[in-house]
Amino acid sequence: MTAIDPSLRYRRREQGLMLLLASPAVIVIVALVVIPVGWLMTQSVYENGFTLEHYRRIFSEDIYWRSFGLTFRIALMVTVLTLVLGYPVAYAAAHVKRPWDVLILSFVILPFWTSVLVRAYAWLVLLQRTGVTNQMLERFGLISEPLALVHNELGTVIATVHILLPFMVLPLYSTMQKIPRELMLAGASLGGGPLHTFLRVFLPLSLPGVVAGLTLVFVLTLGFYITPELLGGGRTIMISMVVSRNVELYNQWGAASAVGVVLLVAVLAIFLAVGRIIPLDKMLGQK
Amino acid sequence: MPERRLTIRTACAAAGLSLALLSPLSAQAAEQIMFVSQGGAYQKAQTIAILDPSAKKLGITINQDSVPDAWPIMRSQVATGKPTWDVVDVATNFCLRGGEQGILEKLDFSKIPNAAAMPAEYRSDYSVAYEFYSSVMGYSLKKFPDAAAAPKTWADFWDVKKFPGRRSLRNHPLATLEAALMADGVPADKLYPLDVDRAFKKLEEIKPHITVWWTSGAQSAQLLNDGEVDMVMAWNGRISALTKEGAKVAYTYNQGILQSTSLCVLKGAPNLPTAIKFLNEAVDPVHQANLPLHIDYGPANPKAYDTGVIPAARVGELPSAPANAKVQALMSYAWWTSAAGEAAEKRWLSFAQK
Repeated sequence: MTAIDPSLRYRRREQGLMLLLASPAVIVIVALVVIPVGWLMTQSVYENGFTLEHYRRIFSEDIYWRSFGLTFRIALMVTVLTLVLGYPVAYAAAHVKRPWDVLILSFVILPFWTSVLVRAYAWLVLLQRTGVTNQMLERFGLISEPLALVHNELGTVIATVHILLPFMVLPLYSTMQKIPRELMLAGASLGGGPLHTFLRVFLPLSLPGVVAGLTLVFVLTLGFYITPELLGGGRTIMISMVVSRNVELYNQWGAASAVGVVLLVAVLAIFLAVGRIIPLDKMLGQK
Repeated sequence: MPERRLTIRTACAAAGLSLALLSPLSAQAAEQIMFVSQGGAYQKAQTIAILDPSAKKLGITINQDSVPDAWPIMRSQVATGKPTWDVVDVATNFCLRGGEQGILEKLDFSKIPNAAAMPAEYRSDYSVAYEFYSSVMGYSLKKFPDAAAAPKTWADFWDVKKFPGRRSLRNHPLATLEAALMADGVPADKLYPLDVDRAFKKLEEIKPHITVWWTSGAQSAQLLNDGEVDMVMAWNGRISALTKEGAKVAYTYNQGILQSTSLCVLKGAPNLPTAIKFLNEAVDPVHQANLPLHIDYGPANPKAYDTGVIPAARVGELPSAPANAKVQALMSYAWWTSAAGEAAEKRWLSFAQK
């Protein structure tokens, strides 16, 4: 019997241990993600035998096109708005002294811990015709007729932006916090004004956080359901609602599955495309 | 309402356990069913009026679950081959469709004498009507304070010149197509088979004036109460609940669409014989007469009106009371589960979106 290199044996044992440690998570993922998604995909091409009928329907009927179009448009609007609103917040949180950063972050995180349903209803109270916003505007004489702020696409966008803002601020903050202050000082010492150093030094270094936030928010908006259901007035039909209607109203699980698969593929495509520009680990703020 | 369910289950379990320990009749006490309804005030009312008295009389345990949309779950429960639900209280069209799709037990009405005595159109091979509600026109009394000048018909609802204001309809074709046709002049007893093209054409007319297409009953009531809309098609119980709270709203049964939920039993239900016993008890005239004492929905068993349990003044407020039923249209669930009905349902989403 030849002696095995002890370092190799050690490495093997370590690998075995790692596998063992990872196994609960792997089992959970297989049971809760891989199997259901596999089932979803099977169902989308099966109805008394193999069929592409569901996909043909999706690509030929205009309600699906319109819902996909609307969903992507809302996702785009929400993403841009959260970035515009979130960037200054994250910047402030990363630059102020304690305890102000904690205060800012808790303002971001507290609503994050409140139920989406509660926040959606809160927006309803704020934005409806007889709501706080309209009453204030009327009292100050800024408007004579209540504005249609809710039960439409606008209401959906406002509430979604609010709900998803933490998903933009947090990755931005984690990236910005790691940017060494000395770099800014160095930029300033070389004669760059504040704006110039920001644009040439800080902004490029914060980009991984920006991309991470954009991706998270965009992808999460694509799957939004409760918010458009409550604040969309029944006209803002996002793709998740098409899925639910197919099941509830039409009892067509195949069609619902096919829509789900198309959405999943779209999301994966986005992740891959983004991953080519910025590696995933960098995007999630690990490096 | 998971907390409530938990307490019911715990209470039942505790009761069962103590009975098992104390009583030699433990085998009988173990008889139980899982009953599923839609939750909220409605399920609370039927628990007091029907479920608890039935459980007591039959000596069984009725476990409860509540789901707003039971239909997809009914199908998947039966598809697994091991359903956990026995009796489901669901809109009648789902019972008819479930019967067609083979996911419900065919009922032997010789074992359900109470149902056998009800009018034939109130039951199918797979279901028994359980309670009646109505899709009525509700309106704000702030906007239309004068009873004489208030909207009274669906034609008035559609008449945006004579009755200016914001409106809301349900984001669902059932009852909405019926209302559109009545607005277009079709008499209530000549609605079926529905002229679907005509109904959608009429709906296009009102569409620009619909502020919200509501999706839940609670939402419809809130819209009216908050002044978000001035006129709404809603279930009678939702609007009458508002009036009881003192809200300035009213409704009319005139041209209401009378609808029902029915009880049906899932195919392969774990406690089938007990479920059938319960079905008979649930439509017992006295239990049925108890229901409107707790909520504004009407009994499905017409004999309930002969029991003397419902005060005369109360009868007048109920959707299924003979005088009110006369001015309404009775929804044909048979039509809605036909091919034409299902095709009409499928048109809805594209209509709502455009």
